[in-house]
Amino acid sequence: MFVSIALHKYIAKRLLLMLPTLIGAAILVFFLLRAIPGDVCEVRLAGSGLYVDEAEIQLCREKLGLAKPLFVQFFDFITGYFTWDLGDSMWTSKPVTEEIGIRFPLSLQVAIMATVVAVVFAIPLGAISAIKQDTWIDYVVRTFSIAGIAMPSFWLGILIILGLLIGTQHFLGTPWMPPIDYVSLFEDPMRNLSQLIWPAVATGYRYSAVATRMTRSALLEVLREDYIRTARAKGMVEKIIINRHALKNSMLPVLTIIGIEFAFLMGGLVVTEQVFNLNGIGKLFVESVQAQDFAMTQQLVMLVVLIAVLTNFIVDLVYAWLDPRIRYG
Amino acid sequence: MTAIDQTIDIGDLQKAWYQRLFEMARRQPLGTAGGLVVLLMVLAAVFANFLSPYDPEAASWKNQLSPPDAEYWLGTDAFGRDILTRIIFGARTALFVGFTAAFVGSTSGLVLGVASAYFGGRFDIIVQRLVDIVMAFPLIVLALAVVATLGTGTVNVIIAITIPFIPQCARVVRSSALAIREMPYVDAARALGYGHLRIIMRHMVPNVMAPYLIMLTTFVGQAILLEASLSYLGMGVQEPTPAWGLMLQGGAEEFAESAPWVPIFPGLAITLAVFGFNLFGDALRDVLDPRLRSR
Repeated sequence: MFVSIALHKYIAKRLLLMLPTLIGAAILVFFLLRAIPGDVCEVRLAGSGLYVDEAEIQLCREKLGLAKPLFVQFFDFITGYFTWDLGDSMWTSKPVTEEIGIRFPLSLQVAIMATVVAVVFAIPLGAISAIKQDTWIDYVVRTFSIAGIAMPSFWLGILIILGLLIGTQHFLGTPWMPPIDYVSLFEDPMRNLSQLIWPAVATGYRYSAVATRMTRSALLEVLREDYIRTARAKGMVEKIIINRHALKNSMLPVLTIIGIEFAFLMGGLVVTEQVFNLNGIGKLFVESVQAQDFAMTQQLVMLVVLIAVLTNFIVDLVYAWLDPRIRYG
Repeated sequence: MTAIDQTIDIGDLQKAWYQRLFEMARRQPLGTAGGLVVLLMVLAAVFANFLSPYDPEAASWKNQLSPPDAEYWLGTDAFGRDILTRIIFGARTALFVGFTAAFVGSTSGLVLGVASAYFGGRFDIIVQRLVDIVMAFPLIVLALAVVATLGTGTVNVIIAITIPFIPQCARVVRSSALAIREMPYVDAARALGYGHLRIIMRHMVPNVMAPYLIMLTTFVGQAILLEASLSYLGMGVQEPTPAWGLMLQGGAEEFAESAPWVPIFPGLAITLAVFGFNLFGDALRDVLDPRLRSR
């Protein structure tokens, strides 16, 4: 396909526009975390309840680079991105990249599986709901999706574990729990999936509920368009009208919501990983916040922001590609 | 046409308040259900002391994890505290955090959004860039980062929840306010020499009340959910304050064998509360914004 210069320009412009957001986020996170006194050294040394003298804490700060002036620390933080030296965890002393690297595949897999769960349910359910507007089917789907938005994912997670334990106890005689230790999908697919499908469902339900509502309202809107009336007037089969004309044209807003929610999914994992005791980046985030491990916290926040910004960018690109009416302005 | 409208108006005026309420309930069944849940929650929060004979915070070691019965309707938790009592008092915490965060967040957003639209130019660009930055953070990630700075506790949780709401509301309000800025009456007000503050507060803010109120109700539900999540993580409201998210803390595996009632009921309370506020907000949107009514 012929890719116009306009599109290249558009991509370049959008990529450049991401920079101010990322830099702003970096400034915000860096100074937010340091706005109030208290740091990892105090938590680590004073937290033990023993008497620690001030010199000891100062030594620890010097070792971790916390004794340097703020702007020097900030400069180190920013230049780290160019040298790919994102610092060491102030808690475990291992490189941040290593700590995140171990845990990222797990979180990413859950996020992708949750997205698949969401899309597989949302589009058919939303479509049926719109086609059968104001019938009992519509009401069931709408209730199901409103419940999904209201239900906290961690509670759903707890219910799933309860249900699994009680259900297997009842039917198999022995309670079964999803495996706790993570194995890669490529090593042992069955074991991997039997562990990760549950958190994916727990996070995916809300996601799916949001997308279902969007599919429904977008399709309802399109079904009122003139070209749908024309298609009906010329006697086209309803099925073809829905599949070929209506559904395709209603997918744009659905795509947007899926993109936006994907970014927020990474946030939702923070809670779900805690419930299922998964060693992903969400759990790492909570632990680093508790330990006041700034080095880790700021990089994790930046990672999530980067994912959010990138997802938005990709959605915009797909949007422009799908809908030729959108000018690359 | 006007004659007909008038007769309808008179007819409406003659109806008793309960008739009108009933009519609204028929037109917005889901919204009314949501309103009822909200009302129930407010009543529970206000009359918590009269509704339950138990103390929500006092541990009772001889009643640990007793299953639901006539004495403890929803059972007791690991500290022997009545779960129903803690749910009733938890409504107080949830509503306090929810309303405060939603009100402060959306009102700050309202002023910021209208000001951004009214002044335009460089001010608008700067505000919008800031909004972009804050909105790039997922809600819970930003809230956790704020908690990491301020520490846990009810007030800090409210601040942590309020901050992400401000830009969200500012963005929505700004887009409505942009249209209002072009209205002749705003020009007229300017021509009369009114000050910026007066034009913003008296002429523009009242006209963006619809999106503001919609955001406000949505935020209450979101804030309740967020508070529950933070408290569940141990980064929110702290023991012994009764809070729904806090009541879910602990391993699900332990509960399954010994006390499944411990996690079920508080979660149900959170879901019902958020459900209520969402339905109420949806109905409010339908009533206040007729363009969206058919959706």
